[in-house]
Parts: sequence; C-alpha cells; structure tokens
Amino acid sequence: MSQKLSNAQIAWRAAQDIEDGAYVNLGIGFPEMVAKFQPPGKQAIFHTENGVLNFSEAPAAGEEDWDLINAGKKAITLRPGAAFFHHADSFGMVRGGHLDVAILGTYEVAENGDLANWSTGPKGVPAVGGAMDLVHGAKRVAVITDHVTKDGKPKLVKRCSLPLTGVGCVTRVYTSLAVLDIEDERFVLREKLPSMSVEELQAVTGAELVLPDQIGDLVAPEL
Amino acid sequence: MDKTVPNLATAVAGIEDGMVVMVGGFGGSGAPIELIHALIDRFKATGSPKNLTIVNNNAGNGRIGIAAMIDAGMVAKMICSFPRSADPRAFTEKYLAGEIGLELVPQGTLAERIRAAGAGIPAFYTPASYGTDVAKGKPVAEFDGKHYVQERWLKADVAILKAELADTLGNLTYRKAARNFSPLMAAAAAKTIVQATRIVQPGEIDPEHVVTPGIFVDAIVEVSDPKQEEALMREGVAYS
Repeated sequence: MSQKLSNAQIAWRAAQDIEDGAYVNLGIGFPEMVAKFQPPGKQAIFHTENGVLNFSEAPAAGEEDWDLINAGKKAITLRPGAAFFHHADSFGMVRGGHLDVAILGTYEVAENGDLANWSTGPKGVPAVGGAMDLVHGAKRVAVITDHVTKDGKPKLVKRCSLPLTGVGCVTRVYTSLAVLDIEDERFVLREKLPSMSVEELQAVTGAELVLPDQIGDLVAPEL
Repeated sequence: MDKTVPNLATAVAGIEDGMVVMVGGFGGSGAPIELIHALIDRFKATGSPKNLTIVNNNAGNGRIGIAAMIDAGMVAKMICSFPRSADPRAFTEKYLAGEIGLELVPQGTLAERIRAAGAGIPAFYTPASYGTDVAKGKPVAEFDGKHYVQERWLKADVAILKAELADTLGNLTYRKAARNFSPLMAAAAAKTIVQATRIVQPGEIDPEHVVTPGIFVDAIVEVSDPKQEEALMREGVAYS
C-alpha cells in the first residue's frame, strides 16, 4: 500500500476545513492536535466541555494553573475574549446547535453515520464522558482516524459492531488514506491519496464507496 | 444571617451514612479537597459516614480526594460520566472486585439532570445516548422528527463545593474553570456546604459578579490556602 498520512497530517487536513470564527470542539487525545494546524488568517474559537470558550495551547512546564484545564484535564491558556461558564451552559452550547464543528476520534464509523468511539466491549471500566452529547447538535460532526485498525481491519464499515456512541450523527470522515462525506447513508469519496487507486482504497474499506465525477487528491505537507 | 461555620469538621458534621453527596469539580479543577479530607477524617475516627453515593464527573485520581474516600471504604456507588483518570486505581480495583456500584451517565446528561433537580423539573428529553446501550430501558419520544431519551432529575442530600469568594450570606464566585458542576450542584442538594478561599462581608462581592446566589448555599467555611488535587498528585501525596 502507498504511504499513508500520519496522525498529524490527518489533523492538518481536518483543520483546513474549519472556517474563520467557527466554534469548534475537539475530542480529547488525537483530535486535540487539529488546533495546531489552523491555516493562517483563520482563527477558530475552541470550546471545552468543562466550561471554557476561546482557549489556547498548554502553558510552559511549571506555568500550569490547574484550575484552568480542558476536558482532557490538560493545562490550557486563554486567548483575549475567553469566557467561563458552568457545565449545563456548556452542554447547552453542544446540544443546542451552537457549535459549528465537533471533531472526534473513533473505533468504527458506519456508512449510515453511526459512530462507535466509547467502548470496545464489556471488559474493564466503562467511561463515556461527553462523547454521547457531542455527537448531537454540532452543525458538522467529523471523525479523524486511521483508515484501518492496527490489525489492518477496516474502521469504515457498513454497520458498527462495537457499542454505539450515537446514531446517524457523523457527516465527514478524514482518514489516513481519504476524505469522505456521509450522504444518504453512504460513504461518498471526496479525496484520496494520489498514489492509491480507487480499487486499493475500496479493498481496505468495509462499505461500498460512492464515486462522484470529481475525486480530489489528498495531499498534506510533511509535518 | 451568617452562614459561616468555624471549621471543616463542623461543616461536614451533618453528612450521614447512606447519603447522596454531590462533590464539585472536574478532575482537580474545583475539587473541594479539604472538605473531602475532613469527611475522611471523621470516617476514620467514627466509622461514619459510610455507604455514600458520590456524584462527580470522575471517580477520583491517585490516593487523594474522592479516590481516598473510595480507598477508605466510604463509597457504595459512584454516579459519574468518566471513571478514569491519570491514576484510577482506587475506583478500578473496587469496581472490578464488585465492591462499588457505578451509574454511568453521559456528561451533558449528568449536568442537565443536576440542573433539573435544582430547577424543580422532574424529567426532560435529550438526544444524547439515543440508540445506545446507555439508553436501554429509558422512555424514548419523537419531537419534530428526531428521537430523544427521557432522563430524570438527580437530587442529593448534600453538596460539597469549592468557591473562590463567599460572602457571609453564601453568594459565591469561582476561580477560572473551577466552577464546572458546582453552581448546578449548589441548587440540587438539600444542603450545600462550601469551602471558600476567602469569606467577605455582604456587599463586598459586586452583585454583577455573583455566580451562585446565596439562596442555594447553607454553610461556608474558609480554607484560605486550598490545595489543588493535581498539585497534590504531582507531589505524590496519599490521604488514604
């Protein structure tokens, strides 16, 4: 298979679609990386579940204020024009349709827009956090993910086999190999690695790809 | 009227076996460590309070705060959204051994259930969790073509919270992102106990700046140099 995008490059690609002034929630972990790759001249306003709008990157080591953290419990800093609010207002912003974009990681995403990103099964301690709320209400719910699992199995599937986070909620998927929209319960291919054929991509995708006339090249800078 | 109490032990004296206790904070931000540790001190001295149900976003970290309560054996059940942390041993060990209960609630639903209790709304509908395992057994309804899950209010016997400023009437401000669940919990509990970094006279907090009005607050104790959970973690402190 051709060279795939790194996680940083997937995050970079997702960042290119965030409009100037958009209100954005980034899931904890890998999605947090998206904030680093905002294009020049486009400044999103980031929301975190625990009640902060307009925060920025971590402070220098030793400069942390542990009353000022994000949903991943990491220390953050504020931009001019930041705001604090309580948890019910914070999730009102989420469910009330006030966020423009939510970007989440995933275990599986299905062609009908179902997302499974909170549990890999009954073992261990279950934990859901804000994921089940975040997938409802944002105008766009995007997923960033490797195209396949560590074992090489498709993460883009016809129907999720793992416990669902939300039903019919995902609108766009950025992977290490392609960019896809979910429309009418199908994966519509928008971009793919130029070095990869449609057949090669289909072979590592667990649901049938819809092929529009125009399929762009997925190209990211070295990061 | 003066809601000030003289010390931490007095502040937590009315918390009894089997109560539902809301604990403010999200991770270490806003966690009322001194009130929690005062409760642990009482348990160690008297064997009470025990069989508590604790409501918090998380289920403790390391060997301090809520984790130390769990370690001490005071907690029968957690109601939370994310019982994981940098060091979740205390909860994980007891959970896997079947020694502690867990009610897992999506974070926004948890916040809204607490808000609803404080506002006198017995139930509401939310899109969160529709079609998932978490919604099993809950009533579902369709509004304007979309499905929603019915959730019930979540009340408590007591809330223990951390504020930045309190006046003697119980009006509160919070520090940075430390308010998180606390303004909701203050209204949802039958009795709300607050540790404040500084207690001031009525009029010293600008009414424009009050976040939690004093009507929701019953007792205030001054803890002038509150410890931060994350800082204690990094110092390797254990309270259990």
